[in-house]
Amino acid sequence: MTSWTPNRSPVAAPHVHGRANVPQVMRTVLLALLPATATGVWLFGWPALNTVLLAIAGCVAAEAAALAIGRRPVGHTLADGSAVVTGLILALCLPPWAPWWLPLLGGAFAIVVGKQVFGGLGQNVLNPAMLARVALLVSFPLEMTAWVAPQPLFSAAAPGLVEGLAITFGGGPLPDAVSSATALAPLKLGGDFAAGEALLALALGTVPGSLGETSALALLAGGALLVARRIVPWQIPAALLGTLALLAALFNQIDPAHYPGPLLHLLGGSAMMCAFFIATDPVGAPVSPLGRAIFGAGIGALIYVIRTWGGYPEGVAFAVLLMNAATPLIDRLVRPRRYGRLRTGAPLPLAPKEDGR
Amino acid sequence: MKIFRFRGGIHPEGNKDPTACHPIARLPLPKRLYIPLQQHIGEPAAPEVKVGDHVLKGQRLARHQGSVSAPVHAPTSGTVIAIGDHMAPHPSGLPVQTITLEPDGEERWIETEPAVDPFSLTRAEVAARVRDAGIVGLGGAAFPAAVKLDAGNRHPIDTLIINGGECEPYLTCDDRLMREGAGYVVEGVRLIANGLGAKRAVIAIEDNKPEALEAMRVAAAAHPGIRVLRVPSRYPMGSEKQLVTTVTGREIPAGKLSAEIGVSVHNVGTALAVCRAVRFGKPLVSRVVTVGGGAIRNPRNVVVPIGTPAADLVEFCGGFTVTPTRVLMGGPMMGQVLPGLEAPVVKGTSGIIALTAAEAHASSERACLHCGRCVDVCPVGLVPLELAARVRAGRIDDAAELGMGDCLSCGCCAYVCPAHLPLAHLFNYAKGEIAARREAQRKAEETRKLAEARRLRLAAEAAAKAARRPARPTEKAETES
Repeated sequence: MTSWTPNRSPVAAPHVHGRANVPQVMRTVLLALLPATATGVWLFGWPALNTVLLAIAGCVAAEAAALAIGRRPVGHTLADGSAVVTGLILALCLPPWAPWWLPLLGGAFAIVVGKQVFGGLGQNVLNPAMLARVALLVSFPLEMTAWVAPQPLFSAAAPGLVEGLAITFGGGPLPDAVSSATALAPLKLGGDFAAGEALLALALGTVPGSLGETSALALLAGGALLVARRIVPWQIPAALLGTLALLAALFNQIDPAHYPGPLLHLLGGSAMMCAFFIATDPVGAPVSPLGRAIFGAGIGALIYVIRTWGGYPEGVAFAVLLMNAATPLIDRLVRPRRYGRLRTGAPLPLAPKEDGR
Repeated sequence: MKIFRFRGGIHPEGNKDPTACHPIARLPLPKRLYIPLQQHIGEPAAPEVKVGDHVLKGQRLARHQGSVSAPVHAPTSGTVIAIGDHMAPHPSGLPVQTITLEPDGEERWIETEPAVDPFSLTRAEVAARVRDAGIVGLGGAAFPAAVKLDAGNRHPIDTLIINGGECEPYLTCDDRLMREGAGYVVEGVRLIANGLGAKRAVIAIEDNKPEALEAMRVAAAAHPGIRVLRVPSRYPMGSEKQLVTTVTGREIPAGKLSAEIGVSVHNVGTALAVCRAVRFGKPLVSRVVTVGGGAIRNPRNVVVPIGTPAADLVEFCGGFTVTPTRVLMGGPMMGQVLPGLEAPVVKGTSGIIALTAAEAHASSERACLHCGRCVDVCPVGLVPLELAARVRAGRIDDAAELGMGDCLSCGCCAYVCPAHLPLAHLFNYAKGEIAARREAQRKAEETRKLAEARRLRLAAEAAAKAARRPARPTEKAETES
């Protein structure tokens, strides 16, 4: 008989555990982001890949430095993979041909100001990637809105590897020929809204825009994986996209000339990215099912309001940050009803003895 | 019959097949039996034998004391060789008062009460036989069964629910019992229903036990008052509150007993023990135990005398194939670590489970992501991550306000937590702390009341004395002024 020495430090039940763990959650998120990342790199070429790598490098380096300064375990914490996820999400929100310092700076800002000053993973109030996005947008409005038209890898107009490095590290403004307007631009600048084939282009992503946010279909594929694996709760994307579509449909009915229909709102800009990958960052989202629905609906409404009447053509980052700030309040107000109690917390009254059928 | 859904819950890997497929084996008599006097919730039993006494199988070794208690009986005939401390089957490994019995190998029964037609007995007689047989809830909680029958006298019971859920992974003792002893179980169910005056009985069995369902259906077919109900396999289906909701759609109001809403819940093993006790007059001296887990060579169910050391069971099942990381008493979701293999099987022991490291999926703790999976699975509707943050910060009162006291300790939250936070561990600590504080408060309150009573009594005595005294002091006061 193989011997057994009892463990003298008692461990409480449960003694078995589900297979979920934090690194695996983060790996699944990265996997789900792969279609959008690949589409972005393919559409915008080598400079886009540089942007992705630089943003991730910025996040990981900043995380390592912050952990070392705080004398916390660097390797163990980095292994949770959260810094890589933040870096990738940030990269996908940036202009694909961003100069080298933009993703690096953004990544460092996201990690240090967005996350580590609060105490690291799980402690931050606001979404780090969105905080960095807003900080960059406010500080460097020109670089942050330099959109290029898609020039797929290996196509005639696409920059080669060396040219790509020159674009990323060379500095200087983009040639006018490649800069372009996004699908949401008509909301602010006037002009015709995308319709018909242009909407199809939005779904596929073959339009100017942020690195990884142009292809609604690629994002939807990744999002479906996350919902199916229960990595993200379905309530947030459902409430977010539902509210956005509902508001768009409502105003479109009132005045189609001023207010585009729901498809443009859902497919254009960062709505898909936000619904599945940004708003669903658990750290800043409520924990109860109803709370998540309120949170998602709030973001959807804010996105519509900012896009339609705000000063910026895209309001995703602001909407997420505002609702992040409202999360503690939502969590406080919306708690699940406890077994055997009323919503108030008082015990259920002793009901007459009849089945609830 | 309609089935209702309870909130939350999880689907842990069952791991029941290795033991569910073998018939229940009988353990040869161990060399020594260690029978703790406290095997149940409530007061320990008081010993009635002394060292050197020869006792017969089924003879009472210790009688119950207090209203919530249960007697213990000799699991076999033999000699009492010690009455003193022995390791309790509790993680602390602290000793409890234990009677050590050396079997004589003859298995000679004491003269039991004559078999009667159990349905001719009155309710009180049924309850008395159940109490005298030392029957406690065999699902694990070990609450004296007779106390539950008495509660039925105070509150009208319309539904008796028999818990055949066995939602804990690895455990199959109830499954095998239902397959092999369906007739006895059904008779026990009828007796309990009779004792409670319940009109209907529902035997709830999870759908992962089709053989048990079939056996019970066949056995119960002749009795229109008994329904065998197939319920979904979802942990913690076997928890009283969740089972009551699943079967009746009612919720037990916070702080109330199930009896107060007309429902009483008993385990299938308890039903079998009741049948034995009431029909044949035999006390509870043995039980079926699942010996399982990846580290056990020949996992199976074994019927064992109460008091058998865990080591004998492990050896009977071929010993360990690898060194287990944890050996548990009970299932892996709510069971407790054994302090050592010398700890004995008691009435509430449903399993001895030896887990390998691979089975436990243990991992180092990480930061809480606030992902809310714990909220999704909590069958009570608590917000475990909030509770854990408060308990960690020592804010026990805040945790109590958020409903800490409602926690079942089912462990669903800890099972799903991707950060591997020891949530159930923290909550057990907090609940213990809350209970200790409440007790301290009660004591302080009691002391204050006594002190107040004393002050009033002294004041009254002084007043009476003063009334008897002549009125001179007043004149003195006047001259002084």
